[in-house]
Amino acid sequence: MAMITKKKIGTVATWIMTFLLMIVICLPGLWVVLTGFRPNREILAKPAIWIPENLSLDNFAKIFGFGAEQIAIPVPAYFTNSLVIALTSTFIALLIGMSGGYAFARYRFKHKNGYFLGLMLSRTVPGIALSLPIFMVWSKLGLIDTKLGMIIIYVALNIPFTIWLIDGFFRQIPKEMSEAAQVDGCTRWQAFWQIEFPLAKSGVASAGIFAFLTSWNEYALASQLTRSTDSKTLPVGLMDFTAQFTIDWAGMSAMAVIIIVPALILTFLVQKHLIAGLTFGGVKG
Amino acid sequence: MSSDHIQPRRKRSRDWTPALLLSPAFLVLIFVVLVPLLFSLYTSFTNYRLIRPETLYDWIGIRNYQRIFSDKHFWSAFGRTIVFLTIALNLEFILGLGIALLINRITWGQRTLRTIMMFPMMFSPILVGYQFKFIFNDNIGILNNALQDLGLSDGAIAWLVDKPLGMFTIIFAEVWMSTSVFAILLLAGLFAMPRDPLEAAKVDGCNPWQVFRHITLPFLMPFAFIAMTIRSLDVARAYDIVDVMTGGGPAGRTELLWTMIARVGYDNSRMGQANAMAYVSIMLSIAFTYYFFTKLIAARKYMGGAE
Repeated sequence: MAMITKKKIGTVATWIMTFLLMIVICLPGLWVVLTGFRPNREILAKPAIWIPENLSLDNFAKIFGFGAEQIAIPVPAYFTNSLVIALTSTFIALLIGMSGGYAFARYRFKHKNGYFLGLMLSRTVPGIALSLPIFMVWSKLGLIDTKLGMIIIYVALNIPFTIWLIDGFFRQIPKEMSEAAQVDGCTRWQAFWQIEFPLAKSGVASAGIFAFLTSWNEYALASQLTRSTDSKTLPVGLMDFTAQFTIDWAGMSAMAVIIIVPALILTFLVQKHLIAGLTFGGVKG
Repeated sequence: MSSDHIQPRRKRSRDWTPALLLSPAFLVLIFVVLVPLLFSLYTSFTNYRLIRPETLYDWIGIRNYQRIFSDKHFWSAFGRTIVFLTIALNLEFILGLGIALLINRITWGQRTLRTIMMFPMMFSPILVGYQFKFIFNDNIGILNNALQDLGLSDGAIAWLVDKPLGMFTIIFAEVWMSTSVFAILLLAGLFAMPRDPLEAAKVDGCNPWQVFRHITLPFLMPFAFIAMTIRSLDVARAYDIVDVMTGGGPAGRTELLWTMIARVGYDNSRMGQANAMAYVSIMLSIAFTYYFFTKLIAARKYMGGAE
């Protein structure tokens, strides 16, 4: 009898804790999303208005340049830049990452751990520290404020982690499968594309989504190396809403929603493979 | 078991395939990371200022380093960064462990909870910063509004301006963003855990704490080190958060090494000195990553996973 009540209390406590945890995780984001649909005068009201009275798409129309009220921030251009830069750099990083990840997963060579550590260390350089010399080199090469300049940087940022993940996924595929295909007369190249790649496809896709998000979300480098609508990305554009003393909370929240939504959708798609890739890549050296 | 095993023809000469496969990765990294870093190492020994290009050849030896090492603002930013990282990483580990153990107990709706838990990981740091700048805003933030309407506080609490509170809000934002990395990986560890040792320990009369301390925790450590390594790759993400929330201010109260680099390099256009600071920050990051990576390798060996 006592055992049963004790167990029940435990279950209830678990659920209460979980509920509180979910509130802490979800509430800040949801509040910003809600704010994106509210007019500025309601946000700034004192005493606070807790239950939204006017919910509309006005803020979104405004930042995308539709409707009566317009603002001077070229959000559509930032959106295009973000998309072009993130997609291109992800595609290139995946090609390079697949070739590198395959090398780590399937071959034995001298100083393998050393090379791997070297790759990882290149990623540890803080963005802001890296931005100083890149700023100087890029201005010599004329790459400041260009999409190409940002794409090259993001490819480099994404390579180490892409290799880590893809290495983990290739390692889960038994070597014997491609060996058997090669005994049957395939070249190693054919065996890769016909046997190993289809099996690792979902893993490669999640590495790609992770790379996309890194480029989509990056701020430290982009904020110093982009200037105009030619290459400014959404995270950098978000800061356009803050003037010296005033902040357009409604517009900024609407823009935040635009940055969040792709990230959330992609998270749903990626989560399972991502966990598998990280643990396999990490634990089974 | 090497590739030579499969293709006996290549056995005669050394196999260049892995070198070929890895070359694009290393070429890009040499061009984007290594060469610029060598260049910045050079400029850290010059008096280079952005507005005066000819100063690039003005070699001043180690004077930049002497200057920053004798600057008390630099040391307080450095100390603050270390304290910030230590508190944040430890909190993230402890909270992540707690969350993983909690979610592991739940059977119904566990997948959904796990997905929700991953959301903060996918947020742009700049958004996390903005979100908490909004929530902690002294005038219109939800937190102060709630405190005032509930009658818990009369005036507006200056969360982002006050001396200890400013640091607290930044650590809060950082922990909110990154705890899920730990929670997710430790949960994966709990799933992978074999049942037999747990049962055996219970039969032998261990209490739950002893089981946790001597069986569960050692098994989870490699997973914690993966999370630590992933985190230390990207510790400087905190720059984005601080830049949005406080910009290092007011009066340098929330200044971290990274915001200081941006201010000296771009706002004051003292590139030489900023590069010297940047090198200190790079060494700090490398030290963190190297430490956790060697721990990870050791833990891997312990688990018998290594080749």
